[in-house]
Amino acid sequence: MSTQAIPRTRPEASGPADPAVPANLRRNAPLVPTDTAAGRSLAAVIAILTFLAGLCAGAAEMVAANASQWQGDVAQEVTIQIRPGPGRDVDADVARAAGIAKGEPGIAETRVFSKAEAERLLEPWLGSGLDLSDLPVPRLIALRLAGDQGADLKRLRSRLLEALPGVASLDDHALWLQRLSTAANAFVGIGIGMVLLVLVATGLAVTFATRGAMAGNREVVEVLHFVGADDDYIAKAFQRRFFGLGLRGGAIGAGLAILAFVITGLLARAARSGPAGQEVEALFGAFHVGLRGYASVILIGVIASLVTGVVSRITVRRFLA
Amino acid sequence: MEYGTALNLQANMKSLLPGAERPVVQFENVGMRYGLGPEVLSDVSFRIAPRSFQFLTGPSGAGKTTLLRLILLSVRPTRGLVSIFGDEVSGISAKALTGLRRRMGVVFQDFRLLDHLTTYENVALPLRVQGRAETSYRAEVVELLRWVGLGERMHALPPLLSGGEKQRAAIARALIARPDLLLADEPTGNVDPGLGRRLLRLFLELNKLGTSVIIATHDFGIMDAVDARRMVLGEGRLRIEE
Repeated sequence: MSTQAIPRTRPEASGPADPAVPANLRRNAPLVPTDTAAGRSLAAVIAILTFLAGLCAGAAEMVAANASQWQGDVAQEVTIQIRPGPGRDVDADVARAAGIAKGEPGIAETRVFSKAEAERLLEPWLGSGLDLSDLPVPRLIALRLAGDQGADLKRLRSRLLEALPGVASLDDHALWLQRLSTAANAFVGIGIGMVLLVLVATGLAVTFATRGAMAGNREVVEVLHFVGADDDYIAKAFQRRFFGLGLRGGAIGAGLAILAFVITGLLARAARSGPAGQEVEALFGAFHVGLRGYASVILIGVIASLVTGVVSRITVRRFLA
Repeated sequence: MEYGTALNLQANMKSLLPGAERPVVQFENVGMRYGLGPEVLSDVSFRIAPRSFQFLTGPSGAGKTTLLRLILLSVRPTRGLVSIFGDEVSGISAKALTGLRRRMGVVFQDFRLLDHLTTYENVALPLRVQGRAETSYRAEVVELLRWVGLGERMHALPPLLSGGEKQRAAIARALIARPDLLLADEPTGNVDPGLGRRLLRLFLELNKLGTSVIIATHDFGIMDAVDARRMVLGEGRLRIEE
């Protein structure tokens, strides 16, 4: 036996390729056991919560995108309505109103609906085959606004009122737009609220899981204390483990959410090829999540992992104190 | 000239003054009870000098493990004063506690190896938690593992080690950071007499290099092999046999 067994001088760095050390020696395994049943369950819970949050975020993003597209479309159009009155020549009124509209700057296109077209618009409500010639069906002029130069709708409205008082009115769809915007905002708000709730649920699940893991690894914590680890070091070890679990769960959940959107998008595209599909799309908008939607799903996965890491660290610090 | 004299005087005073070399461990009238139970230790007073070697003995249940736990600061005394490395430890901060523990090595009776880490990782643990790079201590750990006869078992997880191998791994873990104070609870309880003597020689080597050693045991074979101070616990009281 020699005292060389316990050398007093510490080699600062004994070279990474020490021939005496087996090359395949496992050297820096995580201090807290990672691949346990509880760990896998927690990763599954985080995956499910992330998946649900991802669906909410994607749906909210899709509604917001479609709503703004609808709003853009609707706001690009205004309608002049000419009501037939007793003793008035409706066609002359329509022509006059169209003339006024054409003379206004910022109007890209004027389309006068003929009497037959106006009557056909009523068909879905009144049915076909009726003689509407005796009914005072109002006539419509659709105006498409030029996108770049804003039309002065106020002036157009007052000029129409001046020229055709009580006969012509201008509908800029403001009420409809406001309602659509309120509904879309509410939907997006609900989506964000659900994402937040799911993140809070993730935090709580992680808190309980961390407490369970601390109780289960009490001996590990004790040994780490005895060999000179401080609370910060132990907290970091646990945080690393839970961040890993969160990252795994978040990646799986976000991946599944993205996969769900992609598959549903493909199915929607296949269904759209029929005439019914086109009608549905015209009414509800396209099933298209967009880059921002996918980015928010990924962001949720990342946030879920971060929440897991931070919450576990706080829980461990409290547990150790 | 005057300056040199002053230095000499200072050196002399250092060696002459009682307490100039502060004891590694000092207990003064320490009493300890768990909850509302009877006192496990009563009026225990002793000093462990630097670089000293002693056995702590007594029948089972006499309080040996409790005494070691008090030194390790994993339990606090019900009464009395405990000083470790010269500092009184009631109200010690968490940071200072970590600092004290890094100067101690401990061999538990039940080894307390981490089952999910290899023997190598278990032994390297005290250096790893100090934040040292793995390359800086690899050779040291391997050398010590070979020395305690675990060179071929570096990869093994503790559940696959025999009792004696676990014990040697636990001892290697306690020694690897070259502590100022080594506490060992029945370190030779699970090994054959030959290996027991070999491990004892290892403790003596460590002691020669400056580490204070306290070995809790009731193995007279081991105690008779070394002429060292014996701290005998009986019915909660401590008797010291120089």
